[in-house]
Amino acid sequence: MSLSILTFGIAKDITGSAVLEWPYDKPLTVGELQVQLLERYPAFRTLASLRLAVNKSYAGPDTPLYPGDEIALIPPVAGG
Amino acid sequence: MFDIQLSELPLNPDICTSFCEDAAAGGTVVFIGTVRNQTAGKAVLYLDFEAYAPMAVSEMTRLAEEAHQRWGALKVSIHHRTGRVDINGIAVVIAVATPHRQAAFEACQFIIDTLKQTVPIWKKEVFEDGEVWVAAHP
Repeated sequence: MSLSILTFGIAKDITGSAVLEWPYDKPLTVGELQVQLLERYPAFRTLASLRLAVNKSYAGPDTPLYPGDEIALIPPVAGG
Repeated sequence: MFDIQLSELPLNPDICTSFCEDAAAGGTVVFIGTVRNQTAGKAVLYLDFEAYAPMAVSEMTRLAEEAHQRWGALKVSIHHRTGRVDINGIAVVIAVATPHRQAAFEACQFIIDTLKQTVPIWKKEVFEDGEVWVAAHP
């Protein structure tokens, strides 16, 4: 099984893909996924922040993730 | 009560102010965010906005609801651009109608300040010699 992760802005530039397919072989939280992403893409460490959204809302580190969730990587926003 | 839109096309502030017409309103404050020709002295050619559209709309709706709860906003209209916006172009329009003017000023300022922190929209500045995602790095 895998998770689909949407990427935007500089996060899309860093990963080179608008959607990441991420391996999911055991239960995973937002915080654990963030650690894995930082290991896989060290350039994320240079960002001012890197939040995750689950099903279109910001999610804290303890939030569990399930295949089928809409997961999105949110680098620092700059609307307006 | 709320009119929240993302648009690939030029924004028209009149649509936002018209939406805010309300018999109980004593004032409508409109903020129009426009594209500046330079950043830190460096000439900007244009901006390119990207949005996580469904979440951007839900987060902007959340701001409108908070303006209603905290400042008694009667009507709130927020329109934000996506795609390329040239110098002088309008990136965002926020209109807030309240029974008394002070609340409208405060609610409008709250919405633009919070939008810049929470709404998943990204802005790329394009220069003659390159481009940069605004605020990406500390």
